[in-house]
Amino acid sequence: MSKSISVTVNGEVQTAEVEPRLLLVHYIRESLRLTGTHIGCDTTHCGACTVLLDGVPIKSCTMLAVQADGRNLTTVEALAAGGKLHPIQEGFREEHGLQCGFCTPGMMMSTFALLADNPDPQEEEIRWALSGNICRCTGYVNIVKAVKYAADRMRASAAIPAGAGAAGS
Amino acid sequence: MLPAAFDFAAAETTDEALALLDEHAEDGKILAGGQSLIPLLKLRFASPAFLIDINRIQGLDFCDEREGRLRIGPLFRHKSAERSSLLASRFPLIAEAAPQIADPIIRNRGTLAGSIAHADPAGDWGTVMLALDAEFLIASKRGTKTVHARDFFRGPFTTAIEPNEMLVEIRVPAPRGKVGAAYMKLERKVADFATAGVAVHLEMDDGHVRTAGIGLTAVGPQNIKATAAEEVLKGAVLDDAVITEAAHKAAEAAEPQGDHRGTADYKRNVVRVFTERGLKRARERAQGGN
Repeated sequence: MSKSISVTVNGEVQTAEVEPRLLLVHYIRESLRLTGTHIGCDTTHCGACTVLLDGVPIKSCTMLAVQADGRNLTTVEALAAGGKLHPIQEGFREEHGLQCGFCTPGMMMSTFALLADNPDPQEEEIRWALSGNICRCTGYVNIVKAVKYAADRMRASAAIPAGAGAAGS
Repeated sequence: MLPAAFDFAAAETTDEALALLDEHAEDGKILAGGQSLIPLLKLRFASPAFLIDINRIQGLDFCDEREGRLRIGPLFRHKSAERSSLLASRFPLIAEAAPQIADPIIRNRGTLAGSIAHADPAGDWGTVMLALDAEFLIASKRGTKTVHARDFFRGPFTTAIEPNEMLVEIRVPAPRGKVGAAYMKLERKVADFATAGVAVHLEMDDGHVRTAGIGLTAVGPQNIKATAAEEVLKGAVLDDAVITEAAHKAAEAAEPQGDHRGTADYKRNVVRVFTERGLKRARERAQGGN
């Protein structure tokens, strides 16, 4: 018996009829054709399928699509805007934060949530925040560098308009 | 992997969830955080005909202390426990266990009550609740019952919850005196199940142990309350000799099985060492004066 759902995905309202057993990650990849979200282990271990549910990272292989009814989802496709890479994406490119790239979408979504919460994380905090995302290529050193790069960029760009306003100039 | 087909309803109230559960009894299952249940559905280890999602019910994510006890609701998630100042100051064992549950993404979604109801022998929260002498309020359409943690776990993935019942509240007695606690967990990597774990909770008065709770994770068919070790501690002056004796009693209470994480002897020894270290750490913290 299918259920009607209405989900805001990357700012756009999507409606669908879904079987209750449909996993959120399959809805994202197959119904919406947003294939940036990857399926890795399929058993809640690897974090490749991480998306944001109302801003909070979750494993989309471990939630039902029907449960997303009325909620806000953000996938990796939302990061780049107007053909310009998000500072997090730029960081992963500049610091070689990936080799095969399979874990990268999940890594970036966890990073997005981390930096929203903590704009200037220490290495230990970055490693802790990303400990639910597994990479089998890099050894994490460059991933940590990528997150730091993104944090520095985002703080720098956020400081200009906010600082200008606060200073009354 | 896809779960087998099931029907689904998102309950708006606890009464509605309990009515649906009553109607579907043997074939119904409550879905809270889903971080254990959904993998089980996908692996087809579980195939309920009807899932009752409680995530839309308002007001189930409470965690407060009143009338001498802590109350935790069915939608209180691991992440909230990790961030709770109430738990950090008043119930340090819960606060210390929280960041050791699974991984950060799973903690955003999974719930304490769901983990306890799931009753994996390698789960951490049952052990914590055994050490804290918690009680569980369990409801059905027909009424409620209260079950002490020590009577709740009945074997692997088996509890005192009947098919038409739901765990609606975790109740932990408020500690008295100076409190010290430690949750010691050995895991091969983040989010692995524990090879072994030990929960230690102490309430101290003038250097004497007023109350001691010790729980064991992943070393038996269910989470274990090490009552003989607790008895050694109760009323004692907590010197190193008492700690050593309690650690031996805790190791004796363990019923580990050898597997790819270690032999039975190894796991039993981990319990002994962790109990000793945990008690020393808890003693130091209690003396630290919180």
